[in-house]
Amino acid sequence: MHFHGIHSWRMDGVPGSGLINPGEEFVYEFDAKPFGCHLYHCHAFPLKRHMHKGMYGAFVIDPDPDLHPEYADVARSRLLGTPENARWQELVMVMNAFDTNFDNENEFYAVNTIANAYSQKPIRIEKSRPVRIYLVNATEFDPINSFHLHANFFNYFDTGTTLTPTLRTVDLIMQCQAQRGILEFSYTDHEAGMYMFHAHQSEFTELGWMGMFDIVEA
Amino acid sequence: MTELAPSSNASSGLRRFFWLLAPLLVLAIAIAWIAAADPLRSFNNGAPPVEAITFERTVLNDGGIRVQIRAGGSEDMTVAQLQVDEAYWSFSMAPAGPLARGSTAWIDIPYPWVLGEAHRVKLVTNTGATFEHEIAVAVPTPVATQGQLLQQAIVGAIVGILPVAIGLMFYPAMRNMGTSGMGFVLALTVGLLAFLLVDMTFEALELAAESAPLFQGPAMVILAALATFLILMGISRRGGRPEGLALAFYIAFGIGLHNFGEGLAIGAAFAAGSAGLGTFLVLGFAIHNVTEGIGIAAPIVRQKPPLWAFVALTLVAGAPAVLGMWIGSLAYGTQWSALALGVGAGAILQVIVEVTAFFLRGSGRQGQSWLSPPVLSGFLTGVAFMYVTAALIKV
Repeated sequence: MHFHGIHSWRMDGVPGSGLINPGEEFVYEFDAKPFGCHLYHCHAFPLKRHMHKGMYGAFVIDPDPDLHPEYADVARSRLLGTPENARWQELVMVMNAFDTNFDNENEFYAVNTIANAYSQKPIRIEKSRPVRIYLVNATEFDPINSFHLHANFFNYFDTGTTLTPTLRTVDLIMQCQAQRGILEFSYTDHEAGMYMFHAHQSEFTELGWMGMFDIVEA
Repeated sequence: MTELAPSSNASSGLRRFFWLLAPLLVLAIAIAWIAAADPLRSFNNGAPPVEAITFERTVLNDGGIRVQIRAGGSEDMTVAQLQVDEAYWSFSMAPAGPLARGSTAWIDIPYPWVLGEAHRVKLVTNTGATFEHEIAVAVPTPVATQGQLLQQAIVGAIVGILPVAIGLMFYPAMRNMGTSGMGFVLALTVGLLAFLLVDMTFEALELAAESAPLFQGPAMVILAALATFLILMGISRRGGRPEGLALAFYIAFGIGLHNFGEGLAIGAAFAAGSAGLGTFLVLGFAIHNVTEGIGIAAPIVRQKPPLWAFVALTLVAGAPAVLGMWIGSLAYGTQWSALALGVGAGAILQVIVEVTAFFLRGSGRQGQSWLSPPVLSGFLTGVAFMYVTAALIKV
């Protein structure tokens, strides 16, 4: 398992250091840094096939408010377990895709694996509380993937390693494979109803990477 | 004069020898001159040599993927790199080094292939040309263990021996048939043989197209069929026109070659994983082949052959399916399967001719014609039955 983080070469999870064969055991040990939105994945070969078959995941390192006095409030809002964080509606979304016939082209696109899952069962969002999405791109074969929010704009923290936005007031960001970031937005001033989000490669949208927020009064 | 005769004989022998040698000598000189002077040099525009590689055998086992390739380039060619699923991978080749035109080599790839998945092997030569081979469904290649051989023999017996035996069991019923019934059955036999001929020829040509160009697959198939046909005709006509039990054995032999081909196809599908060898498919083959027994019995209904003859007929027609299963599952080069099917097509053609001749002789005596309703309906029933039941076995 290869973690995107700061660690020793011995903990890197590549052939020669921490690659585990079936039945073996290995403990990966590293300090949780830097804070942000990160990715881990299998780094055994054949790499491409392991990636497109789903050997990856997201992991989130929350910032320590004490280490960032100037943005302590922002840090606390991210730190799981604080009252400030409890206000937020947090979601993890891994953009991924699957090549089911092994022709090196994806047949299905999704966030969190199941195509069209959130369009058939929209995500309930209370309009009075802000939304934070930890977004990771694990799509193989296609050079980029993207996230577009309908009828709204958001602030974006590339890789989540800063407490101030790296992009402000955008309705679309794109990520190459393994790129990730944090999106923050709110539907407080909107009418309640169904709001769409999807990849703005129309091809991906129609192959399953599309979802809905069900914005409700609360 | 009488003394000169032997010497004049000797000199005429020498002269004949010279005239035989002269053209060969000129050919040798021409080859030497073309090779030395290279008069085609002006055509050399610096383009890279023509390269061709055919993948002949694929073996998947615990060690990874093994492929046997055959080179067909205009010059020796070198496999420089190898990709599996569009990623470079380590490999070893035996024999290593450049491959001469027509020669083969085994390539070992320690790739962790996954059961049921598709994999693509791509060779990159030192000129940059690429040759791709798709493993549509990865399954371990059968190995010739006792258990494996026995299992395949059972499948072969079900698709080959069982249906022929069942078909031959119609024999007692056929004995009581009248003239028009006999006409129907003989025409049915010709109909089913006609279907087999068409089916086998196309199958052979399809396989031929997959084999290395230097085998000239289609020409090989057609010439093998013609040669087989002529040889079998020559043999069968040595003692007059074959009738009765002899004709039945010729039919059994032709059908046996066809069932060998079917065994090859099932074995190859088994090895390639392209057909899950379901019960449905095996039963389909069994039903498809039942008419073969009827066809074999047709020429002997007016005789009373001993029981051993029926056993022998069943084995001649059915047992080759077992052999075909064994050979086919070992994934040999497609040119050998094409050749076997071509030989089979020739044998089928021979029995079509002989059964037709047998019928015409009988019909001459009994005043039946090819276009009489029982005969025509027999022929069409044979073709139609084979066509409809073939739908069960085409995947």
